[in-house]
Amino acid sequence: MWDFPLFPEQATANAQKLDALMLFEVGILVFFTTLIFTLILVFCLRFRRGSKVDRSNAPTHSQALEVIWIAIPAILSAVMFIWSMQLFYELYDPPADAAEISVVGKQWMWYLQHPQGRSETNELHVPLGQAVKLNMTSQDVIHSFFIPAFRIKQDVLPGRYTSLWFQPTKVGKFDLFCAEYCGTNHSIMIGTVHVMEPADYEAWLAAKGVGPSQAEEGERLFVQHHCAGCHRGSQTVHAPRLEGVYGKPVPIQDGENIRFIQADDRYIRDSILEPRSEVVAGYEPLMPSYKDQISEQDLLKIIAYIKSLANQEPIQ
Amino acid sequence: MSAPAIPSDPPADYLTDHTVKSWLLTGDHKRIGVLFLISVTIFFFVGGAAATLLRLELMTPKGDVLASADAFNRLFTMHGVVMIFFFLIPSIPAVLGNFLLPIMIGARDMAFPRLNLLSWYIYLIGGLLGIWILIFGGVDTGWTFYTPFSSMYSNTMVVTAAVSVFIVGFSSILTGLNIIVTTHTLRAPGMTWFRLPLFVWSHYATALIMVLGTPVLAISVVLVGLERIFRVGVFDPALGGDPILFQHLFWFYSHPAVYIMVLPAFAVVSEIIPCFARRPIFGYRFIAFSSIAIAIFSFLVWGHHMFVSGQSMYVGAIFSVLSFLVAIPSGIKVFNWTATLYKGSIRFDTPMLYALGFIGLFTIGGLTGLMLASLAIDVHVHDTYFIVAHFHYIMVGGSVMAFLGALHFWWPKITGRMYPEFWGKLSALLVFAGFNVTFLPQFLLGWLGMPRRYFEYRPEFQVLNVMSTAGASILAMGFLLPLVYFLLSLRQPRNAGSNPWGATGLEWQIESPPTSHNFHGPVLVTCEPYMYSPEEAEREYAHEQLVHHS
Repeated sequence: MWDFPLFPEQATANAQKLDALMLFEVGILVFFTTLIFTLILVFCLRFRRGSKVDRSNAPTHSQALEVIWIAIPAILSAVMFIWSMQLFYELYDPPADAAEISVVGKQWMWYLQHPQGRSETNELHVPLGQAVKLNMTSQDVIHSFFIPAFRIKQDVLPGRYTSLWFQPTKVGKFDLFCAEYCGTNHSIMIGTVHVMEPADYEAWLAAKGVGPSQAEEGERLFVQHHCAGCHRGSQTVHAPRLEGVYGKPVPIQDGENIRFIQADDRYIRDSILEPRSEVVAGYEPLMPSYKDQISEQDLLKIIAYIKSLANQEPIQ
Repeated sequence: MSAPAIPSDPPADYLTDHTVKSWLLTGDHKRIGVLFLISVTIFFFVGGAAATLLRLELMTPKGDVLASADAFNRLFTMHGVVMIFFFLIPSIPAVLGNFLLPIMIGARDMAFPRLNLLSWYIYLIGGLLGIWILIFGGVDTGWTFYTPFSSMYSNTMVVTAAVSVFIVGFSSILTGLNIIVTTHTLRAPGMTWFRLPLFVWSHYATALIMVLGTPVLAISVVLVGLERIFRVGVFDPALGGDPILFQHLFWFYSHPAVYIMVLPAFAVVSEIIPCFARRPIFGYRFIAFSSIAIAIFSFLVWGHHMFVSGQSMYVGAIFSVLSFLVAIPSGIKVFNWTATLYKGSIRFDTPMLYALGFIGLFTIGGLTGLMLASLAIDVHVHDTYFIVAHFHYIMVGGSVMAFLGALHFWWPKITGRMYPEFWGKLSALLVFAGFNVTFLPQFLLGWLGMPRRYFEYRPEFQVLNVMSTAGASILAMGFLLPLVYFLLSLRQPRNAGSNPWGATGLEWQIESPPTSHNFHGPVLVTCEPYMYSPEEAEREYAHEQLVHHS
C-alpha cells in the first residue's frame, strides 16, 4: 500500500531541469521548516516555566537580526526567481524546426490535428526526439493542456491561440489532463500522449492511408468558402493576395496613419472573423465576416494553408 | 496600561438583557461580535460537511459516494464559497475584531455602532441566500467563477450566487470602515500608535484591504451577472469579450482577500505568544509595519494566479518578482514570533498550543508559496492538488488555527467561563496532527500531477487520497470537540475571573464578561503593550509551587 511514487515520470529535458529547481526549493523548504520547528522546540523546552535558566535582560528588538532575516530571504528569493525565470523563458522559446500540431479543446474532449493530415481525439502520437509545438484554442470555455511527465501546462482559451512546446526524450504513454475546471465532465477530459520511435510514428501516420495534409484540406476550404474568388485575383473585387504574407509585417490603415502588424495566426484568425477590424492599407473594407460559419478545426486548416504560402513570391 | 478599578458592585454585563429584541437591535460591538460568532460557526460546519462528503468521495478513484459529477462540482463550489465568503473573511475581524478592538484601544464602542449592526444583517441576508442556493440547486462554477464558463455555459444558479457574494461584500466593507475610523478616532488618551496592541495594527491593515479591495469583487460578479442575463459582451469572446479580464478583476480582490483571512490570524498570534511566553514581543515595530507592507504588496501580486492563463511572459515575470517580495514581511513575522520565545517563561495552555501550531503550519504554507511564485514550478503544479494543499496550509493551518486559538484565549472574556483545559489541549493536538495528515499527501498528489476539482482520478493516486481522507476524519474530531466543550461550558457558573491568563492589555483589566460600556470611567494609557516580565513570572511560579507543596 505504500508504493506510491515520489516523482512523476521525466520524459523531457525540461522535466529534468525543473526537477533540479524543485529539489533546490524543497531543500530551502526543509531547511527553514526544520530551523523554525527546532528553534521553537528548543526555546519551549529550555524556557518552559519553572526551568532554572537565565532570563535576565530578555531582548525586545535587534536591528542586526532584522537585517539578517530580511537579507537572507531576499537573496534566496532572487536566486529562485532567476533560476525559475530562465526555465520559464525556455517554455516560450520553441526551436525553429518544431513540428506544429493543432489542438482544439471542447467540453469535454481534445481534438488534435497533425500537419500531415491525420487527426485524433484524446490521443496524441509524437515521435521521440522531435520538438513539437502545439497551437491551441478552445471552442467553448477555458481548458488547460497539462502533461505531468513533461512538466508543462498552458490554458486553452476560446477566441485566442496559445501555444506549448516539448521535446520528448522517452518512449512511452503519458497522461494528458485538462487542468482548468470546465464543467460536468472536467475529470474525464483526459487522454494519452504516445511517444513513439520515429519509424513507428511514420508508420502510424500512414496507417490510415495517405490523405490530404492539413494545408491541402485548408486549401479545399479556402475554395469552398469562396475566399479564393477574391484573394486569388479577381476582375471585380480588389482584395490582397495571400502569397508570402504569413510571418511578415502587414501595413494596416489606422485612421490617417499606417501601422504594421505581424501576420501571425492571431491576425489571420481575426481577419477571417472580424475582417473590418484591421484592414490592409490601400484596400476597401469589403470582406464579410465568417463568424459562426467556420469551425475552430477548419479555421486552423485555413491558417495552415495560408502559412504554407509563406515562402511564395508576393503578388501585388 | 491603566483602567479605572473595577467597582465592588459593577453595573450589569453586556449579556444581562436576555430578550431577543435586545439582541437584534443591539448597537453593542460585543453583542454584534457574538452574533457573528454564532453565524460564522454555523457556516463553518456547513462548509465542513461539504468537505467531509468531498473527502469521502475521493477515497476511491471512481465516482461512487456522490450521485454524479455534477453533485461533486456543486459540492466543491459550495465548500469554497461558504468557507471563504461566509466563514474565513468575517471570522476573526467580525467576531474578535468587533469584540476586542474598541476595548483594546480604551473605547466604549465602534465608531459607527449602527453600521456595525447593519454589517451583520447584510451578512445574514447574503448568507441566507447562500443557503437558499445550497438547497434549491447549487452552483457549479467553483468559488472562482471563471468566465466564460460561469457567464455563458453553466446551467446552475450563478446569478443568485453572484448576488449573494455581492451582498456579503458590503458587510465586509462596513466592518472594515468601522475598524479604520475607530482606530483613528476613538483611541483613549495616551494610546499612541506605537502603544497599540499588534492585534489592532493587523486589523487596521486588514480593514484597508476590505475597504479598497471588496468593491472590485462586487464589480466582477456584477459583470458576470450582466453577461449572463443580458448577453453584454464583457468576458465571452463569442460576444467580443475577454475571458482573461475576469481573472484580472477577480484576483485583484481575491488575492488581497487571502490577506484579509491571514492578517487577523497574525493579529491573534501576536497577542497570544507574548502572553504565554511572559515577555514583551520581539521587534514590535517590525511586526507592525510588516502588516502594513503585506496589505500594500497584496494589491500588486494578483497575476501570480495567471502564469499559465495566456498573459504575456513579461507580465508573469513581474508578478513573480512582486510575489517573492511578500516573503520578506511574512518572514519578519515568523522570525520575530520565534525570537519572542527566547528567554521567556513559557506556559503551554491551549491558546499557546494553537499559536505555536500556527507558526509551524504558516511557515510551511508560506515556503510552498515561494515554490508557486517560481514561474516554471508553477507551470507544473498550477491547478493541481499542490495548490490546494498550499492554500489550505495558509487558510486552515493559518487562519482556522488562529481563530480557534483566539476563541480559547478570549472565551473567558467573552462568556466569563473557562473550558476544560485537557480537552482544549487534545483539540489543539488533533487539529495539528489531523491537518498535516490531510494536507501533506496533497502536496505530493499535486506534484505527481493530479489536477484539482477532479471527480474521478487515476488509480495510482489512490493511496495518497486515502491518507488524506483518514487525516480529515481526525481533523473533523478536532473541530467538533471545541464546539461541544464550549457549549457545555455555558452551563457552568462564571468561573473565569477578569484575567485568567494574567495578561496585559486593556481587555483584561475589565470584568469578564465586560459591562455594556466596557469601562467604568475614563481610560488613561501610560505604557507600551506586552509589559510582561519572565523573571517575575518565574518568581510567582516558584511561590505557587511552594504553597502547593507545603
